[in-house]
Amino acid sequence: MRIRRSAGALIVAAVVAVLAACSPAVSNDDTGSTSAATSTDSAPGKDAKVVGVIAVGPKDDFGYNQAVYQGVEALRKNFPDIKVLDAYNIPEDDTAATTMESMVAQGATIIFATSYGHLDAAKQVAAAHPDVVVVHQGGLLDDPAPANMGSYFGSVYEPVYLAGIAAGAATKTGKLGYVYAIPIPQTLANINAFTLGAQSVRPDVEVTAVSTTAWCDPATQADRVKSLLSSGVDVVTQHQDCTKTIIEATEAAGAYTVGYHADASSLAPKGWLTGSEWNWGPLYTDIVKTAIAGKFTGSEYNANYRANMASGKNPFVSSKFGPSVTDDTKALIAAAAKKLEDGGSPFTGPITAQDGTVKVPAGETPPEETVEQMDYFVKGVVGTLS
Amino acid sequence: MIIDLLAGAVRGGTSIMYAGLGETVSERAGVINLGTEGSMLLGALGGYAVTAHTGNPWLGVLGGAVAGALLSLVHAVLVVSRGANQFASGLTLYFLALGVTALFGVSYVSTQINAFDDVPIPGLSDIPGIGPVLFDHDPLVYIAFFAAPAIWWVLFRTRVGLLVRTAGERSEALGVNGYSVKAVRYWSTIAGGALAGIGGAHISIAYADSWFENMIAGRGFIAVALVIFAMWNPIRIMAGAYLFGAALSLASVLQTAGYAVNQFALAAIPFVLTLIVLAVLGKRTMLAAPDELSRVFDNSRTA
Repeated sequence: MRIRRSAGALIVAAVVAVLAACSPAVSNDDTGSTSAATSTDSAPGKDAKVVGVIAVGPKDDFGYNQAVYQGVEALRKNFPDIKVLDAYNIPEDDTAATTMESMVAQGATIIFATSYGHLDAAKQVAAAHPDVVVVHQGGLLDDPAPANMGSYFGSVYEPVYLAGIAAGAATKTGKLGYVYAIPIPQTLANINAFTLGAQSVRPDVEVTAVSTTAWCDPATQADRVKSLLSSGVDVVTQHQDCTKTIIEATEAAGAYTVGYHADASSLAPKGWLTGSEWNWGPLYTDIVKTAIAGKFTGSEYNANYRANMASGKNPFVSSKFGPSVTDDTKALIAAAAKKLEDGGSPFTGPITAQDGTVKVPAGETPPEETVEQMDYFVKGVVGTLS
Repeated sequence: MIIDLLAGAVRGGTSIMYAGLGETVSERAGVINLGTEGSMLLGALGGYAVTAHTGNPWLGVLGGAVAGALLSLVHAVLVVSRGANQFASGLTLYFLALGVTALFGVSYVSTQINAFDDVPIPGLSDIPGIGPVLFDHDPLVYIAFFAAPAIWWVLFRTRVGLLVRTAGERSEALGVNGYSVKAVRYWSTIAGGALAGIGGAHISIAYADSWFENMIAGRGFIAVALVIFAMWNPIRIMAGAYLFGAALSLASVLQTAGYAVNQFALAAIPFVLTLIVLAVLGKRTMLAAPDELSRVFDNSRTA
């Protein structure tokens, strides 16, 4: 008996020893990090040789994360001497921090955290490594931001507004559908901009907004779309991470599709109208260039950087047109785009909410901060904020 | 709106019914398989992958059934041969399947497949009202109409069914008559996993025509609750599955009509209903349960 017991103890001890030896070389303890000379006179990200990018979903979701992957490929093309590490399907918990730490351990001095929920992990990693530039996609940092951190995004609702014009022009039933996850201000701004764009060509249009409570749940998406289509909706768009299920179901029913996040026109050869997609390449490239030159701290990226069409650098752009979009519609969209490039906004008043209150008086344009806190649906949207 | 809800109930309840029928067979033989969700996930991914590679959704259904059965085979080995705790085994296998399908499914996220199309039954689908509700769906839904009566018939009118039920009620009676209790339980568990796999395959090859990690989103657990709600009776499984399917579809129908809806409350309906049944019927639920299931709690006796 005694022999058996001590044999068991030996085995446990051996297992523990092996596990300890095999534990990842990364640690959150900054005194042990390999990349830190921790000399603060060296600017963060200067002369970077390795760049790391993490994404929350798969690189081929026809959506948000596919766009990130395309940005990564652009970085690889523009910086052939830099090693770009990319990791996908990184959940929004401390796995994100561990993954970023392991990238830092591999020499990365510029890290892109590309999902909204990676923000806390990004802040943690940035605090632990002052020599590493950590930029976050879409989040809001405190003002002033730490010297090595920044967040970046585009005014997404601008191309969505333009896509709304195409939808309003194409619909025969006057009913459009919008599938979204949760009513965050960014989503509400999208839905409202889409509606306003459609109303600019067809004032009586109705946009039915339905939520799935998830960013990518194909089964729920399928049910929502079927319900929309059987209620008479003939143009469907969405604010979801993955777009394949909804687009395929819409195309199978013979309705029109407006894409989001990425060009999924291959899924809807007949029904694709247009969409909006990320073109992260130029922005990722510029951030890396700025950091390599040692100019990150104090730059426009060392803040909550938001690019709109007026700045000429909006990373969210309109997708190409499908076969059924008429030249008249294209002209209307081009004219509207020019107005946005000249500093206009889809939310220039008068904007009326569903309940009739005037949210933006005629002629006024709300500042970006107000748009980022939108909490209502405009008149013409069918659906409630629950 | 009602038509949409009922059609959505039939469409959405089908996968839950397959899994519920599978779990009924398994539990009737005395094996509780909480890994049903895992079998559905494997069935969904397996079915999707096979359909993608072969182009034939029927082969996909077969692949899904095999994938689901493999997981329940492991469960059977652990629980029937090794006598492990059934709850622990089932749940652990669910988590394993969750991770495995997420990992191996990554390359299938963007793949398009030749999915099942809706096949409206000529003539019947034009009947106002019940036409779109019952007769305008994909083939697996139609098969499900007959699956519950078929399984009821097998369980209650055939020798095979008698063996299964005896294994779940009085396993000693099987041993006395020269049958192997272990063999019956093995096959019942495998059949349960295969049916759950078909349920999962329905979601990916017919319902959503996509694969994404964790896409079953709890339907397997709804199926396990359904077995209790339906008191281990296949016909009640069918009714309960459509009822639970309606609960899931309600969120779509109400939102499309513009009503405010608390989706989380709607998603809880299947479980709340099961709890109500348990509370109201109380002891009668335990009496309706196969007797051997009470042994699941008592590990000191051997199978």
